[in-house]
Amino acid sequence: MPEEKLYRVALREALGEEMERDDTVYLIGEDIGKFGGAYRVTDGLLDKFGAERVVDAPIAEEVIVGTAIGSAMLGLRPVVEMMTINFSLVAYDQIVNNAAKIRYMFGGEANVPLVIRMPGGAGHQLSAQHSHSLEVLYGLIPGLLVVAPTTPEDAKGMLKSAIRTNNPVMFLESMSLYNVRGMVPDGDYTTPLGQAAVRRKGADLTIVGVSRMAVLANEAAKQLEEEDIDVEVIDLRSIRPIDWPPIVESVNRTTRCMVVEEGWATYGVTAEIAAGVQERCFDYLDAPIRRLGGAQVPMPYSLPLEKASIPTSEDIKRMARKVVGRKTDA
Amino acid sequence: MTAGPFALSKNKDVQERHSVLQADGTIATGAQPRMEEEFLLEALRWMMKSRLYDTRVISLQRQGQFGVFSPGMGQEASIVGSAMALDPTRDWIVPQYRELMATVHHGLPLEIITAQYLGKIGPARIPDGVRVLPTQVSIAAQLPQATGLAWGLRLRGEDAVVMAYIGEGGSSEGDFHEALNLAGVTKSPIVFFLQNNQWAISTSRRVQSATASFAFRAAGYGFPGVQVDGNDVMAVYDVAVAAVERARKGEGPTLIESVTYRMSFHNTTDNPSRYEDPKEHEEARTRDPIERVQKYLTGLGLWDKKREAALTEELTQENEAALQLAFAAPAPVPADVFANVYDHPPQRVVQQEAELLDGRRD
Repeated sequence: MPEEKLYRVALREALGEEMERDDTVYLIGEDIGKFGGAYRVTDGLLDKFGAERVVDAPIAEEVIVGTAIGSAMLGLRPVVEMMTINFSLVAYDQIVNNAAKIRYMFGGEANVPLVIRMPGGAGHQLSAQHSHSLEVLYGLIPGLLVVAPTTPEDAKGMLKSAIRTNNPVMFLESMSLYNVRGMVPDGDYTTPLGQAAVRRKGADLTIVGVSRMAVLANEAAKQLEEEDIDVEVIDLRSIRPIDWPPIVESVNRTTRCMVVEEGWATYGVTAEIAAGVQERCFDYLDAPIRRLGGAQVPMPYSLPLEKASIPTSEDIKRMARKVVGRKTDA
Repeated sequence: MTAGPFALSKNKDVQERHSVLQADGTIATGAQPRMEEEFLLEALRWMMKSRLYDTRVISLQRQGQFGVFSPGMGQEASIVGSAMALDPTRDWIVPQYRELMATVHHGLPLEIITAQYLGKIGPARIPDGVRVLPTQVSIAAQLPQATGLAWGLRLRGEDAVVMAYIGEGGSSEGDFHEALNLAGVTKSPIVFFLQNNQWAISTSRRVQSATASFAFRAAGYGFPGVQVDGNDVMAVYDVAVAAVERARKGEGPTLIESVTYRMSFHNTTDNPSRYEDPKEHEEARTRDPIERVQKYLTGLGLWDKKREAALTEELTQENEAALQLAFAAPAPVPADVFANVYDHPPQRVVQQEAELLDGRRD
């Protein structure tokens, strides 16, 4: 029977099942063993698989990723946990200059079947160096797959796909989604990478949401129903590659589009989506495409300021009303 | 156990750890304390203040009134002894995040640090003239900056020394090696104060490095490394003073490994019962940095229960006054979020600010 599970538990199940299925899969990261990971995703896996497959590493992100790449070239399937996406910046050279390019530079001779899992997002008073949404830094790199699941079902199915693909995958989790519950199918299933998901059908406006903002867009859409605004919500799920057909089909039908991300909108994922929609749907559009992102500041530690920096479902509703031409707040 | 502060750089025996005041409150055979009694009483005052503050704010955090906090419990001798070797009017402190009372000793008012933990922006600003950098939570990222700060001070002809803090866990980062290497090459006036508290969240010291001593690493960068009993404030002060003097004389950096124990937790989100052996914790408790000073001073007739109670009361009130000031300081309003991103905000920021205020008049 499908069961309701936490997002973090769905991830844990994916890791455990893939490790059982394939003994080349191993985990490496900081505090993932006895501590079970900063967000408890790897809890219990050390006991089950031992210290050779659940490797607690020194605090050295560059060498964690470099080591994972080296072993991946040999045929192992490392799954790296970064405590936050911010720490992956220390390993940026290994990821961008190496993981993403090795297959190409070696003429396809070597694969890098590497997964780097990392939470992003703010809302937990972890301040400017622990709280950002840096999807775009990986979204612009050819050679990487970049995905951001938002439901427990996708978290499990997409993590399994990420472990099985021969390409390096940046697997973006959100700190604020770990405690979200949702139905998870039984048994071994995978969710394909590279596909968007239509979360809700609608006729007046298409909202494309990135990571947790897809969840908030869904909440906003439910509330906008009461104002007779019928919103279609697309959960982008894959930041690289972008799955254009469902977005284009939707916008051509609703004739209006807005895009939401938690990160900075200038040069952001929303910028890429807005540009792509404009190229593909120009003749159908009845309003300018609007983008909503977080405040363009380093994430404040101060709670009232942190709250002011992250888009809320109220912000989404406010912008949605503008896009459909409603002048007043309901 | 009487080796001079820098004997280690020539000595291959890792067990040689500088010690003056032993855990039982007696002076190590042959040790010659540099700290006078009055100065030791001052050190005790700072260490007690640190522990009382930690205890108080952990309690506030548990009640939801305080931010995520990393206490210095068990490490007071390292934190205080190292800071007391500095001259706040010219030297700099570059902290990681567990050296709160060192920065207070260096002139950063406790109410300002407290305001920072409460998310009060304006009141948390480090005052002009206080030579302390903000806390750093990108592990080891402060070290290349500290090397640059020290080098800049030298270029400007200032007679100043930088004390940069790091943990044994942070010493695994590439930034650690790059910073120490360059500091050695430039002979910068800097002291790298490595608090080996045995834990990096759940990761034990053995997982961080196979080296017998973190102090040994200095040899690879061409400057001395010394290991000290980090729970012995007299020994920490000794080696810190020697390292500061060396730096001030233009002789270059020193790496101090201060061997201590994290008696509380990584921060208030941590739960060491998942990974820490209680026996190890209990054993570490017998090496308490504060109790040994109290025992020693008791032996000299300078300490007793009455004095302890009086000082505890005085320090509690001092800490409470700082807390009250910080709680009373104004909280930021949403419009403050865009302040200070640039010297002059670009149009995009101005526009976003207007949009935000438009939507959230509260």
